[in-house]
Amino acid sequence: MTHWIIAPIILPAMLAAFILLVVRFHLTLARTFSVAGVASLLAIAAGLAWRASDGSIDIYQLGNWSAPFGIVLVADRLSTMMVLLTAVLALFVLLYAIGSGWDKRGQHFHALFQFQLMGIMGAFLTGDLFNLFVFFEVLLIASYGLMIHSGGTRRLRAGTQYVLYNLLGSTLFLFALGAIYAETGTLNMADLAGRVAQIDPGNSTGIRVAAVLLLMVFAVKAAIAPLHFWLPSSYAEAPAPVAALFGIMTKVGAYAIIRVYTMIFPPDLETTSGLFGMWLLPVALIGLLIGMTGVLGAKKLDRLVAFSVIGSMGMLMTSVALFTPAGISAALYYVIHSTLAAAALFLIADLIRSGRGEAGLDLRAALPIPGGAMIAALFFVGAIAMTGLPPLSGFVGKLLILNASFDTPLMWVTWAVILGSSLLAVVGFSRAGSVLFWKSHQLADQIADDSLPDDEQGALETRDPKGHIPVLELVSIGALLALLVAHTVFAGPVTRYMGATTAQLFAPEPYIRAVLDAPGKDMSRDAYHAEEDGAAEGTATSEGGN
Amino acid sequence: MELLFASSVGLLTAAGLYLVFRLRTFPVILGTSLLTYAVNLFLFASGRLTVGAPPILMDGVTRYTDPLPQALVLTAIVISFGMTAVVVVIALGAYLGADDDHVNDPKEEGADT
Repeated sequence: MTHWIIAPIILPAMLAAFILLVVRFHLTLARTFSVAGVASLLAIAAGLAWRASDGSIDIYQLGNWSAPFGIVLVADRLSTMMVLLTAVLALFVLLYAIGSGWDKRGQHFHALFQFQLMGIMGAFLTGDLFNLFVFFEVLLIASYGLMIHSGGTRRLRAGTQYVLYNLLGSTLFLFALGAIYAETGTLNMADLAGRVAQIDPGNSTGIRVAAVLLLMVFAVKAAIAPLHFWLPSSYAEAPAPVAALFGIMTKVGAYAIIRVYTMIFPPDLETTSGLFGMWLLPVALIGLLIGMTGVLGAKKLDRLVAFSVIGSMGMLMTSVALFTPAGISAALYYVIHSTLAAAALFLIADLIRSGRGEAGLDLRAALPIPGGAMIAALFFVGAIAMTGLPPLSGFVGKLLILNASFDTPLMWVTWAVILGSSLLAVVGFSRAGSVLFWKSHQLADQIADDSLPDDEQGALETRDPKGHIPVLELVSIGALLALLVAHTVFAGPVTRYMGATTAQLFAPEPYIRAVLDAPGKDMSRDAYHAEEDGAAEGTATSEGGN
Repeated sequence: MELLFASSVGLLTAAGLYLVFRLRTFPVILGTSLLTYAVNLFLFASGRLTVGAPPILMDGVTRYTDPLPQALVLTAIVISFGMTAVVVVIALGAYLGADDDHVNDPKEEGADT
């Protein structure tokens, strides 16, 4: 047991309170603490990932209570990988928010950002379903604040829709948890894995209902096809850095599906067999198609990127829905790719918006952006990554998913949809790119030819009144894209690591034993009395060993 | 008792869902509140309904009620209260800004973008 496991949750929580209470009027100090906090979070996450990389499973018992009664945090390969990904993403998104000044356009950006991180980290690390619900709520309530950061009527309206949708999702989550508790008498994931396996398949109506309800909850979070309607408006209207950070929130849903449906309701479990396997794959494919068609049809760049997020979640879920080691492993590779690619694209879209003045992100020709060549190049790289063209990691991920789906009965449909939707995405992104970056030059030439009054000619040349070169913004976008390149270059080692992670997921016995057999304070009667006797001699004896 | 309890949970859920589908912020918020009541009762019942038994395991006590759902319900109540407060504030902001309390986007938005 190492105390570092709880650090990714405690650190942002304390920091958020500190920023809120002490330095809320000092922007520079708040920025410094926020960046320092996220940087140390990154270091801690890297340490945890390194510890878990040899396949060992660390657990942390809150209050030293042993597992089925106490709450545990578990750091295995999958959860530490997701924590590390969150920390990396958060650092660059935060740098962008500071560079672009988004953090000073409303109040409490940094405090909310830290609370959001706390919720995400907790959701990845917890080993208890009810605790997962609590951390979902923490990340959601912080995301409500971030989503409407800096206000505006359209944003508030999108925020209302987002909050209401998620409130309904939370209610559904509670119904699912209640049903699971009524059937099994526990909410600890490791304990559940054992108890669900013991349920008589002939008398399993309750647990089957609970399993599907839970899947629907996670599907809402992951924006899987019929439950994706909250995503386009909220991601498009949210401030760009927030939308970029939200990229990891859909992955929280995907993570929960992978975790729960490999450990508690594994694919070969008789009780829940045939419940989701048959429709999850078609639904994921429909999501992929809807997303990429949305890319083709979007009239604004931010909506286009939001739809590409839906598409990439569809792609991800296609791979998860196979519930084979190859499928999950490909999905995990794709998780990293799509998180980074979507974040980079949201940030690039924001750079474009700030350069285009009142044209905003409408996909129509406007005057060229200052520094347009650079931004166009970034957009080009981001679009290549997102649509999955060679040579970037989207292509590798797609190959892995195609390869993993080779043995399914729906192989032809799957391949056709994946390849067809990629074509749609390529067309959609190239249309957007050419309108934004090429048509603008035509328009500029046209206007220059027409005899405009002098003052407007002048306005043409000095489009950017501040003369502001977005160094920090370009650095953070560049870093995200560089990570995508690294994800491609090191695809071999990364895939091997994902293979090991998947192997750990499909052999949950060590996880279950690590959680349930760890020594700690117990609630059974014998232990209770032993504790009472021991209390006279001093409480220090109950301190657990590391 | 079980029948009464189950049907009240069902009734609350149905009324809540009906209000949510009205798609105006005030009925929707009322609807989510009703849904929250329903789910709290449901959670409460997930430890089986027992009347007049202590929620604690002690020497000499053979009949007790499950304490865990009570803790879960307490957490759920606190969270849903906070969430309702947040959604009221955001919905109020949206209503005052747009002078319109429909949850869905207005129609003309699709036309002018």
